[in-house]
Amino acid sequence: MLKINNLHASVEDKAILKGINLEVKPGEVHAIMGPNGSGKSTLASVIAGKEEYEVEEGEILLEGENIDELAAEERAHKGIFLSFQYPVEIPGVSVTNFMKTAINETRKAQGLEDMPANEMLKMIREKSELLEIDRKFLSRSLNEGFSGGEKKRNEIFQMAMLEPKLAILDETDSGLDIDALRIVANGVNKLKSKDNAVIVITHYQRLLDYIVPDFVHVLHNGKIVKSGSKELAHELEAKGYDWIKEEVNA
Amino acid sequence: MELKEKLVSSFMAFEDTVDVDSPVHDIRTEAIKHFENEGFPTKRQEAWKYTSLNSVLKHDYSVFPKHEDALEFKDVKKYFIHDIDSYKIVFIDGKYSSHLSQTTHDGIDVCLMSAALSKPKYRLVIENYFNKIASKDGLSSLNTAFSAEGAYIHIPKNKLVEKPIQILHFSTGNEAALMLQPRNLVVVDENSHVQIIERHQSLTDNPVLTNSVTEIFANKRAIVDYYKIQNDRETASLIDSTFINQKQESIAKVHTFSFGGKIIRNNLNFYQNGERIDSTMKGITIIGNKQHVDHNTLVHHIEPNCESHQDYKGIFGDSATGVFNGKVLVEKEAQKTDAFQANNNILLSDKATINTKPQLEIFADDVKCSHGCTIGQLDESAMFYLRSRGIPEKEARGLLMFAFSNNVLDSVKIPEIKNRITKIIANKLGVNIGFDL
Repeated sequence: MLKINNLHASVEDKAILKGINLEVKPGEVHAIMGPNGSGKSTLASVIAGKEEYEVEEGEILLEGENIDELAAEERAHKGIFLSFQYPVEIPGVSVTNFMKTAINETRKAQGLEDMPANEMLKMIREKSELLEIDRKFLSRSLNEGFSGGEKKRNEIFQMAMLEPKLAILDETDSGLDIDALRIVANGVNKLKSKDNAVIVITHYQRLLDYIVPDFVHVLHNGKIVKSGSKELAHELEAKGYDWIKEEVNA
Repeated sequence: MELKEKLVSSFMAFEDTVDVDSPVHDIRTEAIKHFENEGFPTKRQEAWKYTSLNSVLKHDYSVFPKHEDALEFKDVKKYFIHDIDSYKIVFIDGKYSSHLSQTTHDGIDVCLMSAALSKPKYRLVIENYFNKIASKDGLSSLNTAFSAEGAYIHIPKNKLVEKPIQILHFSTGNEAALMLQPRNLVVVDENSHVQIIERHQSLTDNPVLTNSVTEIFANKRAIVDYYKIQNDRETASLIDSTFINQKQESIAKVHTFSFGGKIIRNNLNFYQNGERIDSTMKGITIIGNKQHVDHNTLVHHIEPNCESHQDYKGIFGDSATGVFNGKVLVEKEAQKTDAFQANNNILLSDKATINTKPQLEIFADDVKCSHGCTIGQLDESAMFYLRSRGIPEKEARGLLMFAFSNNVLDSVKIPEIKNRITKIIANKLGVNIGFDL
């Protein structure tokens, strides 16, 4: 589904990603872990198409197609979804109206008619129940005044609505208490299928107890320095990141 | 001949067309003298520092349009808020169009200034209210001198006028260049409530300059909701001077939606003559090209325990320029005043300009006054967030701009106006937002 070859990316001439190779197949869950500043969020943003990042070298292929030149919205239309570490507050646009616009713009790009209003309402109801989101919450301005947990639940709610092929969860566990973590993870697990894939970016192992990865990669200084099974996450949790750094430097 | 000389010399001819026995004859005569002394404002005057009228004063305007023209409702329907039942006072090239209008004398007077100025039964109201609060500056004096036509609205006490009143001025382009001087008087007596919508619309690209003066009297506990829709062609300019005198416990709200025109200048003045008065002025300005919109507001807090709320949003693209000059004057006696003022702007291009100048003069010591103005660009992180959800760049911009101006629409009480404004904004931004705000 996603194939990243030798990806180098920089922001304002500062190299952040220095040769990433990653392949994600349908049905897989990949975890990307690593210390602060290793480039995890940059990788997420580059895949999603944030313009301030410059791809210097390498390529990102989605289902065999190079997406380097595509705008963020075009990548979204092709099924890429990024759950933000820090969802942006947009006063004046309700969650519902935002979702309607996002879904219908995506449908338009795919040559489909707008989703009928009753179908939309039904979908909103189902997906908000999945994430245990109160109806009142949906008429509030997007992320404005939301708690950390509400913001993250709202991200996964959007993921549920948009049904992406590839979801990238960037530090979705940060700022979540244990109940919210369970709700979010449960939501992600229910959305998983043999046809879609998830990349979980996290600093800690605890989310991975709920969203169990098939592969764990360690990102350090802009490169994937170690890959392994879910046991690697436990090892990192127990031993920290220093031994990885030492291994790399050795 | 310069426009000023032309106007002054036309005054004699104008006098021949109106009733010199009218109580306003002396007022007009004095006003033309004022105009002759003052002339048109220039950038040397502080209040006009950022707005030059030179480019609109150069035309050879017809000041007395000769042609009579009729318009079919179907051709101009789109300029009305046509999906509600309303009273209508419609003018074509400054002349009343009975065909397009729907006036009334049934318990309230919704009719013509020309009738009010000439018929004895209105004499008392004219004597008590006409030209009592309009300022004596050059432009207002010019309007007063030529005041002959416009809307006359008198709501006696205890009337809740359910149907909004629409005042529309069309210019047809029958004159190569046209200058209009509409004069409106709105008197709302105790406990009454009225809603008014005003629009000036040019139907061709021939230059039009409208110098409008409106006096509004909100008496005790009256409620006045006034909506100005300014979405004219880029060859039409508007100088709107509106003066509102409020008595105790009255509520007056003016929403100004400025989406088009060459030069638009809004002089909006509130005078609070009583306690527990509420004055609200809100505006959304969205312009591009070389358009220019100038909001010049004044709230004069004269007595204690009153409130004022100002909220103006501006979005400026291309080489457009905006001005916000908001003055809040709190007299020594006006204790417990609560005055709020906000002016937020987004510049979409490097060549767009906004000059914003809050001006607070406070002589009382127990007041709550706040003001804030911001100038910025669209938030890039918000743009990326929306685009990452599949909303294309143009629509994302539109959505953010909608969101930016949204809270100004919250206080619009007529849903049809809200819908219309939403649609005009969507059209203006070139986006199709899939919902109404």
